[in-house]
Amino acid sequence: MPDTPTKKLTRKDFTSDQEVRWCPGCGDYAILAAVQRTLPTLGVKRENTVFISGIGCSSRFPYYMDTYGFHTIHGRAPTFATGLKLANPELDIWMITGDGDGLSIGGNHLMHVLRRNLNLQIILFNNRIYGLTKGQYSPTSLVGKLSPSTPMGSVDNPVLPVGFAMGAGAKFVARAIDTDAKRLGAVLVRAHGFRGTSFMEVFQNCPVFNDGAFTDFTERATATETQLHLEHGKPMIFGKDKNKGLRLKPGALELEVVTLGEDGITEADLLVHDERNRPLAFLLGAMQPPEFPVALGVLLCEPDDSFEDRVLGQVERAIQKQGAGDLNALMRKGHIWTVT
Amino acid sequence: MDTFAAKTQREDLDSVVIRFAGDSGDGMQLTGTQFTQSTALMGNDLATFPDFPAEIRAPAGTTFGVSGFQVHFAAHDIMTPGDAPDVLVAMNPAALKVNLADLKRGGMVVVNTGTFTKGNLKKAGYDNDPLEDDTLGPYRVLKLDISKHTLAAVEKFELGTKAALRSKNMWTLGLMMWLFGRDRQATVDWLRQKFAKKPEIAEANVAALNAGHAFGETAEMPSGIGCYQVPKAKLDKGTYRNVTGNEALAWGLVAGCKLAELKPVLGSYPITPASSLLHALSKLKNFGVVTFQAEDEIAAVCAAVGASWGGALGITSTSGPGVALKGEAIGLAVMVELPLVICDIQRGGPSTGLPTKTEQSDLLQAVWGRNGDCPLAVLAAATPGDCFYMAIEAVRLATKFMTPVMLLSDGYLANGAEPWKIPDVNALEPFPATQHTAREGFHPYLRDEETLARIWPVPGTPGLEHRVGGLEKDYNSGNISYDPDNHHRMVKVRAAKIDKIAEHIPPQDVCAGPEQGDLVIVSWGSTFGSVHQAVRNALAAGETVSHIHLRYMWPMPRNLGDLLRGFKQILVPEMNNGMLVRILRSEYLVPAEGLNKIAGQPFKVSEIETAIADKLAASK
Ligand code: SF4
Repeated sequence: MPDTPTKKLTRKDFTSDQEVRWCPGCGDYAILAAVQRTLPTLGVKRENTVFISGIGCSSRFPYYMDTYGFHTIHGRAPTFATGLKLANPELDIWMITGDGDGLSIGGNHLMHVLRRNLNLQIILFNNRIYGLTKGQYSPTSLVGKLSPSTPMGSVDNPVLPVGFAMGAGAKFVARAIDTDAKRLGAVLVRAHGFRGTSFMEVFQNCPVFNDGAFTDFTERATATETQLHLEHGKPMIFGKDKNKGLRLKPGALELEVVTLGEDGITEADLLVHDERNRPLAFLLGAMQPPEFPVALGVLLCEPDDSFEDRVLGQVERAIQKQGAGDLNALMRKGHIWTVT
Repeated sequence: MDTFAAKTQREDLDSVVIRFAGDSGDGMQLTGTQFTQSTALMGNDLATFPDFPAEIRAPAGTTFGVSGFQVHFAAHDIMTPGDAPDVLVAMNPAALKVNLADLKRGGMVVVNTGTFTKGNLKKAGYDNDPLEDDTLGPYRVLKLDISKHTLAAVEKFELGTKAALRSKNMWTLGLMMWLFGRDRQATVDWLRQKFAKKPEIAEANVAALNAGHAFGETAEMPSGIGCYQVPKAKLDKGTYRNVTGNEALAWGLVAGCKLAELKPVLGSYPITPASSLLHALSKLKNFGVVTFQAEDEIAAVCAAVGASWGGALGITSTSGPGVALKGEAIGLAVMVELPLVICDIQRGGPSTGLPTKTEQSDLLQAVWGRNGDCPLAVLAAATPGDCFYMAIEAVRLATKFMTPVMLLSDGYLANGAEPWKIPDVNALEPFPATQHTAREGFHPYLRDEETLARIWPVPGTPGLEHRVGGLEKDYNSGNISYDPDNHHRMVKVRAAKIDKIAEHIPPQDVCAGPEQGDLVIVSWGSTFGSVHQAVRNALAAGETVSHIHLRYMWPMPRNLGDLLRGFKQILVPEMNNGMLVRILRSEYLVPAEGLNKIAGQPFKVSEIETAIADKLAASK
């Protein structure tokens, strides 16, 4: 009995009655709003939509969605999602994680869900800090981060989330900024349309413990100079005068920023974004300000079979080939004898 | 059916224990399994005990690379693989060194002299050749150059020495089959099937098997070595097969899911001695079984919990170290009250411990080993065949009470085989699981008034959208609650639910001896065989002693306390440092005492017999 299928769902239909408990000004609010606004546009059924999270500030997310939701344990959300999808492949699963949940305690599971290409959407809220446990540095914190556990500054090098994802074999990798509602929405739509694991890193500001962690490229005033918005098949151009671009440095496997019109550079010299080009996606994902703009949008999109299609396909093929199993017959196969 | 010639008068034996021992590359497990198979077909009752090294390929010829397979077969029903071998087959000096002390005095030892080289003797730690000195004095010895005989038997296949020598286990098997009047045909069929793609290997092995057998028929045997037969045992009517614990467990899980009308989803990570369960279930795809080899133990259990939330039956299989890793996720399953079956095939611990050796030391971990007050049901299988029935029980209780159920087996049950009367699955009582669909008054923590089980609302069901998680729930709405009184109430209700299970399991029986008296032996898990045999022996000798064997470890049967209080002395033999004994003492305030063996080996019947005699003597 479907939920009155003709009725068009709205943002309200996806909003639960639970009071949202993030700190005022937290970037999580913007992401929640973007998701709640996007879902009705996807034509999904509420009862088939599932949000699964681990532990952390962002992992409270499922409570605020009026869909099915499972707030699981720290770092393990991908594994619950895997079992759930194998139980019922019809479910449309969104996984919510953070830089600590996904890349520290849950790094192993994140790696494996990505390489398997389970069909779900992963939103990794990267705020470069542990919020829920009150401000310790995280695996994406930059070296030197002062925090309660690193009073002299953190010494470990940060992980690059999209680089990790691509290294693990992710087939869909995208990036967005919490407060850039339009582009975040577009990324959510693309991720949802991908049959496999779609990995999204969302730069999320934590005003309480790590305010302004991304301002060097999220400030609206300078955004045009510091952000590169990728579009498949389009040359990579940015800058407030749309006169900067990216090209491969001649004779090297390295990107460089060039200015159109300078040194005879024309649009034809610029790299054209190709979502299926994995090495290119890696170079783009690694770009850091101030030398480079930060690449946003869909970095990589390589369609492939999903994990559950393969696993459940084997079950189906086995049934087709051998017939539905008969336990009585199975137990009587091989050497048996009768006592009379 | 017997193929041996009638020229020899076979001596009747009531029961025989044979141990095949050799280098781990010598194929002793295979030899033992094939001998077992033909023994089962002869209609004997039997029990086996495979014992292999932790190393996959330990250096050849060393004592720590010795692999053994013990089989006990008899003309009556038997419970254990036997205390001490009557016959030892030693394929090399190391195998002799490791196993000779166990052999009964006067027992038979078959030695492959072809491997008794200086180098091998040294590797085995022999200063002198035990074939030359009086080491073998107390035994009946059959010295044969099995290597040479094998090479001669397979010469015509031109395999090269190394490959040819691989058949020496089959030559030995042929000889043993002759000595004990076993039929070779099942092994011949098996070899031809196994090596279907390499017929010359199949035929070389068959030739070796036949040559070993022919050698027995024709060669003059030293005095004291005859040939024997063990008449058929009187078993219940029915169709039988050999089954190992892990096979029976796999089938039981499939049967249980069929009876519950649920799709089984197994999340598992390879670990000794549980991997064969993962392998067995992975082969049953046409039964609709979904198996997932996860990246680690935690992922395995979490996937199972996710599957249960999605309306399938989540199962995870592991051993002690894996249970330790799964603890947090099992706690979550307790909190969100979902069915989950955790199969713990115990092994020696702590830590990595003795991976290939058996132990019963996860009981306390199973019952209490999680953070918080985190009760769940714990069951324990008694025999390899019982794994089938306890797996069904695990599924029944997990779904009826919406709870994780831990099913304890161990390395001994998992790998050991016994003849098993094959059940008719269609005759088993179905227990279809119900999933909630009604929107009226819905909240996710509605409970069944009788069992206290939470309802099972499954994602995909319109109108029942809800959130669950590891945070404490409000009793009346299922929403997050930090209210102190509510937490108190929820801890109590989770405990009460598990306690209720006791009303839905069979009452405890006394499986041997009177219902009250001076002494009761209380056992659980795989010690069933030796304890039961020992108690029966004592009863047959006119002693008064009883046996209680537990299969429901938590909650325990309601009548257990009263039963225990009917005995003056309570002795609890366990392959651990005292776990069930602690539970019995704390639950029932009874003066239970432990008898502990933590040697990676099952109890011998004689060890229990001695303990019984000591207790009875003390009470006189
Ligand atoms: S601590 Fe930071 S990330 Fe967490 S809710 Fe507050 S602002 Fe948001």
